Amino acid sequence: MAHVAPTATIYGLMAEFETPTGLVEAAEQARLAGYRKLDAYSPIPIDELNEALALRRTRLPMLVLAGGILGGLAGYGLEYWSQAIAYPLNIGGRPLHSWPHFIPVTFETTVLGAALSAFVGMWALNGLPQPYHPVFNVPEFARASRDRFFLVIETADPRFDRHGTEQFLKGLHPVGVHEVAP
Amino acid sequence: MADVTTYAAPADLDRLRTRALYAGVAGLVVCGIGLVVDRDHFFRSWLTAYLLFLGIALGSMAFVMINHLSGGSWGVFRRVFEASSRTLPLLAILFLPVVLGMGTLYSWTHEDHVQADEVLRHKAPYLNVGFFLIRALAYFAGWILIAWTLTRLSKRQDEGDMSVNLTLQYVSGAGIVFYAFAATFAAIDWIMSINPHWYSTLFGFIFIGGQGLSALAFTIVISAWLVRREPMAALLRPSHFHDLGKLSLAFVMLWAYFNFSQYMLVFAANIVEEIPYFIARISHGWQFLALFLVIFQFAVPFLLLLSRDLKRTPYRLVMVAVWLLVIRYIDLFMLVAPEFDASGANLHLLTGEHESGFYVHWLDLAAPLAVGGLWFWMFLTQLAQRPLLAVGDPYLREALQSGGGH
Repeated sequence: MAHVAPTATIYGLMAEFETPTGLVEAAEQARLAGYRKLDAYSPIPIDELNEALALRRTRLPMLVLAGGILGGLAGYGLEYWSQAIAYPLNIGGRPLHSWPHFIPVTFETTVLGAALSAFVGMWALNGLPQPYHPVFNVPEFARASRDRFFLVIETADPRFDRHGTEQFLKGLHPVGVHEVAP
Repeated sequence: MADVTTYAAPADLDRLRTRALYAGVAGLVVCGIGLVVDRDHFFRSWLTAYLLFLGIALGSMAFVMINHLSGGSWGVFRRVFEASSRTLPLLAILFLPVVLGMGTLYSWTHEDHVQADEVLRHKAPYLNVGFFLIRALAYFAGWILIAWTLTRLSKRQDEGDMSVNLTLQYVSGAGIVFYAFAATFAAIDWIMSINPHWYSTLFGFIFIGGQGLSALAFTIVISAWLVRREPMAALLRPSHFHDLGKLSLAFVMLWAYFNFSQYMLVFAANIVEEIPYFIARISHGWQFLALFLVIFQFAVPFLLLLSRDLKRTPYRLVMVAVWLLVIRYIDLFMLVAPEFDASGANLHLLTGEHESGFYVHWLDLAAPLAVGGLWFWMFLTQLAQRPLLAVGDPYLREALQSGGGH
């Protein structure tokens, strides 16, 4: 564990845990202690972390719903315009507006609209691509994609205090506490 | 006694079981009166109600097999599915009224009727009483054998015998294939042949998809009851209900997909053998029931089940599930009832042109009470016999963990 110099500028402090439960409990404790600028890193999705970190719900589902509805309307509109207005053809005596025939296309364009807005919206909202992030300066962080769980409290947090925060993190029973170079 | 370590069923299960038996017997008495005073309606109502509970049992058996093959944290519900599948012997007995009512239900059982109809003469090698009974016997023998084998192996797994894990997968793989074929033929025999001229290649899929939806809805109802009691209170998480909710959403969409595909193909082809089935269901009052089904078996449950919060909140999800069970019965009613008229007479046995106007009979309430009460009594009996969790399941520990695999 690195010695923490009192004046150096760093990105934040990182605590390393061996179990997902340890990480979730630490995140809860950190929220309770008043820390707000914190993030957790885990090799597997952990549902409880969303609540422990009090993360805002993503707006992506609403975007996907809107994309799906728009796609569906566009598909049905295209069918209606081409079959009933632009190129009216009598097919086996059926009405020009034979809605059952329009449903497959409407379904497909609904899925297309939803999928496209999910793809574009995801990239727009998640902040990727991000070529540099300070957490990778910690050598131990390589295990974040394998078998270790990390909690980072950023220096930008108003309650961040070099010594106090380090003591606080050590009190959460981590395997180690590392400082994160900017 | 509710025991946390052995995952025994909650203590108040017995009271519920007794009530189910009373309800079933009361329903049977009313059905008995119906059999005497209104014979034709009795057989039609019994068949409809029977198909709902058969669907829960068979759909549940299919989910047990899928879970053995796919894994997934929704395996924590496997004991509920297994208990449903072990009701099949009772369902074989409850099928007897359908056999006794064949003359009323199926016009092709009447020799003179078949001889007068060229299409039925051609279908006679398949649609005849002897072969129908042999097939029914084969379906039940196969289904019961599969359910029994899976239960026996799963018991050995509980006792710590890990060698059965692979066998369970083999049995499930073969069992799924048998189930799908047998259920398809059963749908043709028991429902489609009521209108013996009509045919639809999607009908078996509609039947199977409906069974999946019924089984999921029923399992949600039972699990929401279990999660309010020990020992499951601390074990079943929102994420587990989320999984059942997501599967239900998929099956609601599947129902709409199959039914719409069948409708559109018939609409597009517009041929005389296929359209009478739909004309009967979009006229004389039945069109309102058709619209009701589209809105309340697809549109409303679909929109509700989109909500993540609803799927993760058992007491809200259970309301959708109860509704799905009700609408499943109405959907089966729609498959059967329009082929009969309000007097109970089979339209295909009447000479000349006849059409059915919308009707509901009091036996349509008594029959589900009788079949459902007895069936639910059997289900609870089976549920109480085994630990509520498949304790020998190698994936159970992972499924119970937070963030366990799906």
